[in-house]
Amino acid sequence: MKNQIIILAVLSAILCKYSPGQLSAQKILEKTDANIIADNKYFKSKMIIHSRRGSRTIVSQSWVKGTEKSFTEYLAPARERGIKMLRIGDQLWMYSPRTDRTIRIAGHMLRQSIMGSDLSYEDFMEDPNLSKLYNAAIIKEENYLNRPCWVMDLTAAIEDIAYYKRKLWIDRERFLVLKEELFARSGELLKTSEIRKVFKTGGRWYPKHMVFKDAMKKGKGTEIIIEDIRFNEPVDEYRLSRAFLKR
Amino acid sequence: MIRFLLKGIIRDRSRSFFPGIIVSTGVFITVVMYCWVQGIFNDMFSVTARFQTGHVKVVTRAYHEEEKRLPNDLALLQSDSLSAALQQQYPQIIWKERIRFAGLLDVPDENGETRVQGPVFGMALNLLTRDAFDRKILDLEMTLTAGHMPDNTGEILITEQFAGRLNIQPGDTVTFMGMTMYGSMVMQNLRISGTVKFGISTMDRSTIIVDIETAREMLDMQNAAGEIVGFFRDFIYRNETAADLAGEFNRNYSHSGDEFAPTMLTLVDQGGLREIMSYTRTMMAVMIVIFMFILSVILWNTGLIGGIRRYREIGIRLAMGEPKDKLYFTMIGEAALIGLFGSAIGTVLGLLVAWYLQRYGVDLTGVMKNVNVLLANKLRAQITPVSYFVGFIPGMFAIILGTALSGLGIYKRSTASLFKEFEE
Repeated sequence: MKNQIIILAVLSAILCKYSPGQLSAQKILEKTDANIIADNKYFKSKMIIHSRRGSRTIVSQSWVKGTEKSFTEYLAPARERGIKMLRIGDQLWMYSPRTDRTIRIAGHMLRQSIMGSDLSYEDFMEDPNLSKLYNAAIIKEENYLNRPCWVMDLTAAIEDIAYYKRKLWIDRERFLVLKEELFARSGELLKTSEIRKVFKTGGRWYPKHMVFKDAMKKGKGTEIIIEDIRFNEPVDEYRLSRAFLKR
Repeated sequence: MIRFLLKGIIRDRSRSFFPGIIVSTGVFITVVMYCWVQGIFNDMFSVTARFQTGHVKVVTRAYHEEEKRLPNDLALLQSDSLSAALQQQYPQIIWKERIRFAGLLDVPDENGETRVQGPVFGMALNLLTRDAFDRKILDLEMTLTAGHMPDNTGEILITEQFAGRLNIQPGDTVTFMGMTMYGSMVMQNLRISGTVKFGISTMDRSTIIVDIETAREMLDMQNAAGEIVGFFRDFIYRNETAADLAGEFNRNYSHSGDEFAPTMLTLVDQGGLREIMSYTRTMMAVMIVIFMFILSVILWNTGLIGGIRRYREIGIRLAMGEPKDKLYFTMIGEAALIGLFGSAIGTVLGLLVAWYLQRYGVDLTGVMKNVNVLLANKLRAQITPVSYFVGFIPGMFAIILGTALSGLGIYKRSTASLFKEFEE
């Protein structure tokens, strides 16, 4: 009898620990962050911007170090080729070969769209560590794109933040955000993002094809397609410095 | 009869002096206020037309929907052929292509990195032709405070206030950062050729003026324009004519479902001017009615006091057999004459002050600092033909109404007791 009680206790402890249903909202968010964030990351992506007059495709490659540093270089089309963007913490610089100038992007400019897309510089600057920035609550569980999801409400835990509230659909098995709605403090919907396709790389699930939509803009949104991604490859520190912008 | 009444008014000054002063004061205030509001209106219309709307403007429907964000991605394409067609179809209007844009103006330090920067509003028009209409309509030569007008592409004018804030001067190079018509990023070096001061807070805050070809190259807008603005050749805005033109033009495209089809807007269709105009006119009418009411009450009271003072005179006239109706209308006639003279004096005084305000204006630069409407810092009154008679409406109406009310006492006098009153 004593042994049976011990076995039951051990089994309960194991079930509690590994049953996703038992995870707290904050814990789910931490696991979701951990899936996206890597020490070092390189990726090449294609951004298809659907505006009211047509579509444009912009190709870029980025090097990311943790959550603080990233470097992006635009490869196509010709007008954008050679433009570089460097983020260090909450500072952002842009270099244009046409003018041979490095310009700091600050203030109201951060809210402007990047290359006419549905993403702003502020989105680009955002700390991906949502668990540090928001308080989370699970509101329901439902299927999205045939995947079981937690639907979570996030409310900002800090004052200076671009989106006060978020609603996330997180894949319960892959810990990946499949859909997101971003709101202002007033409750107005500002942006949405949806994942159309995912893939498994380096032992983690990652978005392959995403669609962002600025709710304030007419148009069909901006698609981002990851063409190549490599995790934990060493990134040259020089590449993540302002001196490299002019190279 | 009028001569008789006039004699009475002149010889018995206490009959006319106080009511005359009240009427003159009321009319004076009405005339000055009317001219002041007209002046502000005229100024607002003129400045808005020159800098923003034209007397009429052609844009795409989509551009019109989102005009506040200056959406050059929704600009008119093949703007030169549209411009030529407009010129041919409506020769009474001068048509000019314009591009308005916004972005960031960045000033480099010695290493080419950001020293200082600020959000900028840009206006692109034809600058490089010496006798260009746009140079004249914005009075650019007159507003130039330092440097010279742009002679080459890539040269710009910047407002003196903005240049001061960025600590830059003619000859310096700055970088414009913004977006092309197709959403690509623009970083373009521009050379400052001169500084200007428009005397309009909204424009002076952070504006650059660029030649339209420089803007086209910079914003990737070859043969495109955000707007084609039109001005009546005498620069006098006629709302009905403008509305007819716009109606006729828009009928040609009424069956098109294309969101990029051109649409013509009149001056008052833009920037909420129609609402402002209607609101101000209503407020002006309400103000005149309130004025008339207040003046009537004062003059009614004055009439009652006058009635007490002339109680005996009226009694004698009634006793001598003058009919009550005749006496009543004689008093109203007297009041009309006082009203006429009082209104004339008030109008003359009001026009003198209005003329001063029209000529010299009132400088409200300090107050206008944070104002976001296109209005000159120096506000002026404007004397129009209506200014000469607008004061007569409350002046005449108030005194006649006041006298008519106070004069009703005549009908309450009992003829039978008149002699008894005299005996006392």
